[in-house]
Amino acid sequence: MNHAAVVPASHGEHPETATGLNTWKLGFWVLLGSETLFFGSLIATYLTYKGESVVGPYPHEILNIPLTSISTFVLLMSSLMMVLALAAVQRGDRKGTLVWLMATALLGSLFLGFQSYEFTHFYHAGLTLETNLFGSTFFVLTGFHGAHVTVGVIWLLVLWAMALRGRLTQADALKVEIAGLYWHFVDIVWIVIFTLIYLIQ
Amino acid sequence: MATAEATVPAAAAEPRGLWSWLTTVDHKRIGILYGVTALAFFIIGGIEALLIRIQLARPENTFLDPDTYNQLFTMHGTTMIFLVAMPLAVAFFNYVVPLQIGARDVAFPRLNALSYWIFLLGGLVLNSSWLFGAAPDGGWFGYAPLSERQYSPGLNMDFWAIGLQILGIASILGGINFITTIINLRAPGMRLMRMPLFTWMTLVTSFLLITAMPVIAVALFFLQFDRNYGTNFFVPSAGGDPILWQHLFWMFGHPEVYILVLPAFGIISDVIPTFSRKPLFGYAIMVYSGILIGFIGWGVWSHHMFATGLGPIADSFFSVATMIIAIPTGVKIFNWLATMWGGSLRFTTAMLYAVGMIAVFTIGGVSGVHHSVAPADLQQTDTYYVVAHFHYVILAIILAFFAGIYYWFPKITGRMMDERLGKWSFAFTFVGGNVLFFPMHFIGLLGMPRRTWTYFSELNLGGLNLLSTIGAFTMAFGVLLVLINMVRSARRGEPAPANPWGAATLEWATSSPPPVYNFARIPTIHSREPLWDEHGGKLQTEDLVQLEPGQRIHLPSPSYWPLVTAIGVAATFVLFMTQTWWAPLLGVAVTAIGVINWAFEPAH
Amino acid sequence: MDSHVRASAGHELQHEAHAHPGPKTYVMVALVLSIITALEVAVFYIPALSPVLVPILLILSAGKFILVVAFYMHLKFDSRLFSGVFVAPLVLAMLVVISLIILFKVLPLYRNV
Repeated sequence: MNHAAVVPASHGEHPETATGLNTWKLGFWVLLGSETLFFGSLIATYLTYKGESVVGPYPHEILNIPLTSISTFVLLMSSLMMVLALAAVQRGDRKGTLVWLMATALLGSLFLGFQSYEFTHFYHAGLTLETNLFGSTFFVLTGFHGAHVTVGVIWLLVLWAMALRGRLTQADALKVEIAGLYWHFVDIVWIVIFTLIYLIQ
Repeated sequence: MATAEATVPAAAAEPRGLWSWLTTVDHKRIGILYGVTALAFFIIGGIEALLIRIQLARPENTFLDPDTYNQLFTMHGTTMIFLVAMPLAVAFFNYVVPLQIGARDVAFPRLNALSYWIFLLGGLVLNSSWLFGAAPDGGWFGYAPLSERQYSPGLNMDFWAIGLQILGIASILGGINFITTIINLRAPGMRLMRMPLFTWMTLVTSFLLITAMPVIAVALFFLQFDRNYGTNFFVPSAGGDPILWQHLFWMFGHPEVYILVLPAFGIISDVIPTFSRKPLFGYAIMVYSGILIGFIGWGVWSHHMFATGLGPIADSFFSVATMIIAIPTGVKIFNWLATMWGGSLRFTTAMLYAVGMIAVFTIGGVSGVHHSVAPADLQQTDTYYVVAHFHYVILAIILAFFAGIYYWFPKITGRMMDERLGKWSFAFTFVGGNVLFFPMHFIGLLGMPRRTWTYFSELNLGGLNLLSTIGAFTMAFGVLLVLINMVRSARRGEPAPANPWGAATLEWATSSPPPVYNFARIPTIHSREPLWDEHGGKLQTEDLVQLEPGQRIHLPSPSYWPLVTAIGVAATFVLFMTQTWWAPLLGVAVTAIGVINWAFEPAH
Repeated sequence: MDSHVRASAGHELQHEAHAHPGPKTYVMVALVLSIITALEVAVFYIPALSPVLVPILLILSAGKFILVVAFYMHLKFDSRLFSGVFVAPLVLAMLVVISLIILFKVLPLYRNV
């Protein structure tokens, strides 16, 4: 009797690949490549319009370097937390996974807190999206970055909840690795923004 | 899932009904969805063109008023590029590439479905503007400041920006999918330099998609924010520069035209060797020239801006870069001809379209080189000479797609198209297309500007314009014959064998149509022409298609979460039209629901 | 690209194990990142350095960028294919930035030459 069958696969099964590399990881790096063009265009626009605002407030009047240095440091440290979380998952350390994932999410949220503070402060100082070119380019660039961080924090919290229920084991390390790639990418975008927008005025 | 029968591998195992189409993640079905949808939009874009040509058939005609004309030519261009040419290419990527590389599906099947539904919704959103009497009217290129709220106060350009944003997401996701598929899912022995040219061009096109689309996404966000949230990106009084729009748009727009043409090159590069019974001449050169075109294509964008006062340094740079890109392009023409030279030629309909494509593309390419000479372009730009140029290369793309249709239709449907009707369709399309577009070279150089709803009778161009219009209707008839041929043949065409053309590449080793799992056993590849080489005898259909007793093949299960996610994505952008900050978040919420459920979806 | 290297996803980690940095390395990297950030801020505040502010900051931030990408994102230890699909678009993005700066900021200076 012929029992040959076509059966549904669980999504995420990993048959052998032509390069020996993981398909999800490869696809995600391609996505990150695409995102460099997205942020690159935003940054290019900011730099193109730098110094072209007809009215103030101007960057040197309003950007808070000490505060932003701290938030930059916070985000950098969150990347450390993330990579420690990955290491924990890879060795099957559930407790470590929970601790480091939450630490990453908390630092990421702290960064967002700094951003919110900065945005509201600027708003009260008279800088909005509409005020001038600086307002338009600054808020759109950092706003998109902040939106990316927000998505990352949510992603991390979902992973944390999975880990809490014991559903994030050594075998699921790839999920954390990919979340990590996203998180670090958001961090390196900020590295560029901090230098080009805040420090080089 | 159903059990596959030993002797009828394909039909019995396939689910049927509307729901099966809404939840499909099968690349073959998604390819068909893309193809049918694109052809439907082709009819719409074609009708828009015919209306334009009726208006232009006589000078000072009043068939259309200026506003309607502006909407028609904007929608014609936007539709043909984003809703026809790109999705037709993707239809072929979807159906053919996994089969050509010996895979069972693409790397991310649900993402693939998502791309289709986002495309469909984007096209519907864009065209829903007609129902509001507010179809986009600022040209397919949406130049600021005309596209800004001050000069386009209605919803027209909002529909445009939103529609394109939605479509752009589909393209980026598709690009990621195909790059990953081609790199990672090739069968054993299918080295990169053994892949069919069509797959190679898909790979290059996909890189162009993922790099170019983000740039227009940014530009469109800027435009939307200017229009709805009062930002100053293109507002001169605030220091903004409308020229920035042009730079960002064309940084996308030029790679975009290579996104359009490279798949066509790929199709021709598969079709011509088949009907010359000779391997493609200079395979490696064809690969490298395609890659080179992709790279250089990123460096020429301001040749669309020679009349904007960039200055001699910029003009020279872009002029030279544009001339350089003609070289790898021209090389391909010679390679196709060299493939045919000394070959055993069969002029099937597919081959006629392919050869016609070469001729038409040469003409379009030559006028492109004319444009590359910046001083000469100052006379040509914004005239019908440009319209002639790009329509010639686009006509070439359409001819290539028709070649692809006639070539792969048997594989997809299991039936042959009618060759006699096919040859008539070629005659009308080819002759009509040339009669339509060739006069435009003269019309343009004699002074008729583009993008205008009428022209003065003093120009004495009524006769040539009328000729052009006659060509348009002739070509439309040819296209109609293609569509009729497809519909009739799908129902009553001759049953097709696995390899009706005696072609060399792997998709012809499986049945027509392939079983849902494509190959029962993934073959090992030894050459570029697997079905022609000495191992080809082993790649007989029954071996590759028949499941062995007890064999189980895992395929991704259907899912409706891509459709839900697509609705969320489309809603997010549409809700920008409320001009509130919070409404798009509702769309984001739906998207999040879709994505999270998708991520946690079990197999059943 | 020969397909003789075959590995399913679950075994990939074992293949990398011999080239995998540990937590100590990660903390070291974090330390270096912090130091570089401090240096960047210092350069910003030291008036004497303002003529060379831009090149120094670009180099320092490039250093941070590379450290995060190479170590935290593991590119140094992973297949060069991953680097390729990321770096190629990244180079393109940098060219976008550079060309817009040239077109809008540099070339207008040569208008009347």
